Amino acid sequence: MISVSRVSKSYGSGATAVRALDDVSLSVGRGEIFGVVGQSGAGKSTLIRTINSLERPDSGSVSVDGREMTTLAGTGLREARHNIGMIFQHFNLLSSRTVQANVELSLEITGTGRAARRTRALEILELVGLHGKANAYPAQLSGGQKQRVGIARALASSPSVLLSDEATSALDPETTRQILDLIRQLSKDLGLTVLLITHEMDVVKRICDSAAVMSTGRILEQGPVDQLLTTEKSLLGQALFPLGEIPETSSAIVEITFNGVTTDRPVIAQLARKHGIDVGILGAAVETIHGRQTGRTRLELPGDELTVAGAVDDLRSQGLFVEVIK
Amino acid sequence: MIDRNDPYFWSDLLDTILKGMGETFYTVGLSLLFTVVFGLATGVLLVATESGGLLSKPFGSRALGFFVNRILDVVVNIGRSVPFIILMILLIPFTRMLTGSFIGPTAAIVPLTIAGIPFFARLVEIGIREVPVGLVEAAQSLGATRWTILTKVMVAEAVPALALGLSTTIVGLIGYSAMVGAVGGGGLGDVAFRYGYQRYSPEYMFGVVILLVLLVQVFQSLGNFAARRLSHR
Repeated sequence: MISVSRVSKSYGSGATAVRALDDVSLSVGRGEIFGVVGQSGAGKSTLIRTINSLERPDSGSVSVDGREMTTLAGTGLREARHNIGMIFQHFNLLSSRTVQANVELSLEITGTGRAARRTRALEILELVGLHGKANAYPAQLSGGQKQRVGIARALASSPSVLLSDEATSALDPETTRQILDLIRQLSKDLGLTVLLITHEMDVVKRICDSAAVMSTGRILEQGPVDQLLTTEKSLLGQALFPLGEIPETSSAIVEITFNGVTTDRPVIAQLARKHGIDVGILGAAVETIHGRQTGRTRLELPGDELTVAGAVDDLRSQGLFVEVIK
Repeated sequence: MIDRNDPYFWSDLLDTILKGMGETFYTVGLSLLFTVVFGLATGVLLVATESGGLLSKPFGSRALGFFVNRILDVVVNIGRSVPFIILMILLIPFTRMLTGSFIGPTAAIVPLTIAGIPFFARLVEIGIREVPVGLVEAAQSLGATRWTILTKVMVAEAVPALALGLSTTIVGLIGYSAMVGAVGGGGLGDVAFRYGYQRYSPEYMFGVVILLVLLVQVFQSLGNFAARRLSHR
C-alpha cells in the first residue's frame, strides 16, 4: 500500500548539511499498522511527511496505493492527498470552527455538498466516539477528544491510508491507550492502512503489526514486531523489554524471549532441576503484544561450559528464542 | 470671535459639530472600506510570499515570490514612515486626478486610504502570523488549494486579531481625518480648527475633543468585544 524506496533528503548545504533521510526503504501492506520508532531528530517526521509530499525527497520514490507521490503536483497531488489522512501531535484543529465544522473542512476541500457534508461529519463523529460534541469548539475539549476530532477530520473523506505524526505524544497514558485502541479498531473496520511515527515504545507494543527502528536518518531494522522480538541483538526487542545494564559476573548470561507459547510452563524451574544449575534471574519484562504474553528474561547460569551449552540447547529445543550474552 | 450670548449659539454649535461628525463618518467610512480590502490583501500577501510561505513560489518562481515580498515590505514601510501631514501634501496631484479636487470630504478619502492601507496591512500581518503553521499543514494534508488555505485557514483563524486591528485602524483613521480637516477635508477636524482655533471658541474645541474621545472609546470597545466574541481559543 505504501512503498518507500531508497529515499534520501538533506537540509542545508555544504558542511552544515544534515541528512534527515539516508537511503530509507520500507513497505507497508494493505490494512497493516506500521510503526516507525526513534529518538527525536532521527528523521521520522521527515519520513512521514514525504508520504503525502508535504516534504519532497531529494531522491528515491514514494508510492501510495499505486500512485507515485514524488512527481505529483497541483490537482493530481491534492487528489492523492484526499486518499491519505493525517493526524498530528498538536491536533491542528481550527479554533474558529466547531467540531463538526472542523470535520466538514475535509469535505469542503473534496467538494462535497452541504447536506452530504453534514451527514458524513455526524456519522464519522459518532464513529470516533464524539457523539453530542458536534457543536463544541476545540478549546472546550480534552486532549483525547481533540485527537478524536483530528481522526474524524482525517477520515471524513474515506482515505485508505492514515498517517499519524506522534499523534499520542501529547496525551496522558490512559488517553493514549484509548486513542491507540480507536486507531486499531478503525483500521480493522475500515481496512485502513496506518503508518505512524512515535518515540514511545508503548505505541508499538499496543497496536503495531510491523515496525522500523530509525536513527540519524537511517532505518536500522524493520519487520513484523513478533519477528523482530526474536531476532538476535534486536534493538526493538531490547527497547521493548529493557533489562538494564548487564552486571559484572563470572557466570554465563543468557536472555530468553518468550513469545506466547511457553509462558504457562515453568521453564526456569525445570531448567534448574534438570541441569542442576542454580539459575539466577537478573531481570525480566513481560508485555502483552497483540494479545499474547510476550517477554524477555535475563538469566545467570553458573557452571562449566558444557552444562551451560546443554541448558541453552534444551531451552532452544522447547521453541524458546535464546541469546547468549556472555 | 463667536458671540457666546447669541441665542442660537448652542444650537449652531450642535448643528456644526453634528455636520462635522457626519462628514467624518463619510470620509472615515469609505477610507476604511478601501483600507480593509487592500490592507487585508497586502497583509496576507506579506505573510504568504515569505520564504517557505504558501505563495513563496507563485507560478513556480521563487524569485517572483521574493520580489513581491520585498516590494510590499518596502512600500508598506515607506507608507508607515512618511508623516501623514507630508503624505497628504505629496498626494495632492494624485488626489486631484482621482477626485477632481483636493479639498473636501471626498478628496480626503484618498490620503486617508493611502495611509490606512500599510497601517492595517501590518496589523493583518501580525494577526496572520499568530495562526499556527500546523493548521496550514493540516489543510495541505487534506489536499486543500492555496486559496482555501488562505481564506478558510489563515484569514478565518486570524479573525479575532483582525477585529482588533480593524478597531485600531478606525481610531487611527479618525485621528488622521482630523488632520485632513485642518487643511480643508471637512469633518470634525475642520470644525475644531476653524471654529475652535481660528475663532477662539473653547466650546467648539472642547465639543469636538469630547466627541472624538467618545468615538474612539466606542470603536475600541466594539473591537474588543467583537474579538472576544469571535475568539474560541
